Amino acid sequence: MQLIPPLLTRPLNAVPLVVIERICRLMFRRIGTAHPGLFERLGEHRTKRFAFLPTDVPLSFVVEPASETISVSRKTSDVTADAVTEAPLFMLLALMEGRCDADALFFSRDLSVTGDMEAMLAMRNALDASNIDLSKDLARLAGPFAPMAGRVIGEIRNRALRGEAASWN
Amino acid sequence: MELICPAGTPAAFHEAVDAGADAVYCGFRDETNARNFPGLNFSREELKEAIAYAKTKGCETFVALNTFMRAGAEEIWYRGAADAIACGADALILADFGLMAHVAEKYPDQRLHVSVQASASNPDAINFLVDTFNAKRVVLPRTLTIADIARIGKSIRCEMEVFVFGGLCVMAEGRCSLSSYATGKSPNMNGVCSPASHVHYRKHGRDLVSELGEFTINRFPEGEAAGYPTLCKGRFDIADAKGYAFEDPVSLDVMGELEALKAAGVSALKIEGRQRGKAYVAEVVKVMKAAVNSPPERRGALLARLHSMSEGQKTTSGAYEKRWR
Ligand code: SF4
Repeated sequence: MQLIPPLLTRPLNAVPLVVIERICRLMFRRIGTAHPGLFERLGEHRTKRFAFLPTDVPLSFVVEPASETISVSRKTSDVTADAVTEAPLFMLLALMEGRCDADALFFSRDLSVTGDMEAMLAMRNALDASNIDLSKDLARLAGPFAPMAGRVIGEIRNRALRGEAASWN
Repeated sequence: MELICPAGTPAAFHEAVDAGADAVYCGFRDETNARNFPGLNFSREELKEAIAYAKTKGCETFVALNTFMRAGAEEIWYRGAADAIACGADALILADFGLMAHVAEKYPDQRLHVSVQASASNPDAINFLVDTFNAKRVVLPRTLTIADIARIGKSIRCEMEVFVFGGLCVMAEGRCSLSSYATGKSPNMNGVCSPASHVHYRKHGRDLVSELGEFTINRFPEGEAAGYPTLCKGRFDIADAKGYAFEDPVSLDVMGELEALKAAGVSALKIEGRQRGKAYVAEVVKVMKAAVNSPPERRGALLARLHSMSEGQKTTSGAYEKRWR
């Protein structure tokens, strides 16, 4: 499993939360624009709050599909959500892209889920069906540097996933 | 032998086709299919597009309408059959005799497969379905040994399909009431075993505790591979013993017996897993395809890659090789 070393995550404590949240919202909006039907599969669960807690990063993310918003908080404060998923950040991102199988990560105890299971299952299936590709979707934010940004994001992701595949096999 | 692969979403469907599936099976997003999980399955439009894609690659599509019709609500299943046929399904996988009768009468040219949920497990039952509804294939329950399958194969008048890899339903399918008992919902009537609405996970110290309705199904100490919260794979206190009453958290893998299955007359190998992600589908179909085309001595190494993706990170050949506990 590819964990983000504390050396890289510690500086996040110094960055104002509002800045991190603004960046996340920008990325979230970008993904929403690229995949307009993203949350259609959630059905009745669209109004729920979904928390994603990366185990190797001192931040929590809460997604509200109904209002298409994401909020970020420090791990020190409690998150209020209907369903909570915890896993290392690269795994959460890989799940978002459907590059990892959530059940396999659950069996290996790398991922844990608590709260409303129906809602989280619907979210998992919605993401898996969506064909999100972060290297393509987010690279556009870099404007004229999009191709280069896409390559960099893709390379970071592939390295992290290679670490993941090694632990699977 | 044909490889029949699962798809719960159009994305997984494409992965299965691209990885070399001979046929993909899938179902509608409603109670007509035995994998009626939140966020899973196909709309009519998605099915039509998926079938069209499969046809361009020479791959077939089987549509599972394999729950039992609710009295008074038969129209939901009849509409499902009509729409699947209109979308171009190569076969319908059915469990309910009433639905089989309806399809055989209204669409006599439509290929009909008997779902594992019909629990047809002896020559008399299977031949009855062949003669009465013109069934072309039976998916056999995972409760038979290979010797049983060979005996059945000699006296039936249709093709046999067997599960070779994936989730393991250990009871006579279509008849298991464990999930109903605990939650009021079953795969047979509602398309869900151990529905997510009744599942809770909680951490107890470093242990992971899984609960289904009012029952504790398991407690996994730190580091132990976890399994689904199904009653048939629960760990219980039984008299003086603590342990798994029916089966461990484990997945089926009977690919080591491919030659024996072939000799028994099996014509199609089925992979379970419509509820799994597209990454799982892509990897499993790719490996299984390679395994089918490899000499027996190479299969073990290929399939070892899939162990860590299996429930409990373990596999078993289940009833195919052993007698009931
Ligand atoms: S409880 Fe087990 S045997 Fe019964 S339907 Fe569910 S998975 Fe199958």
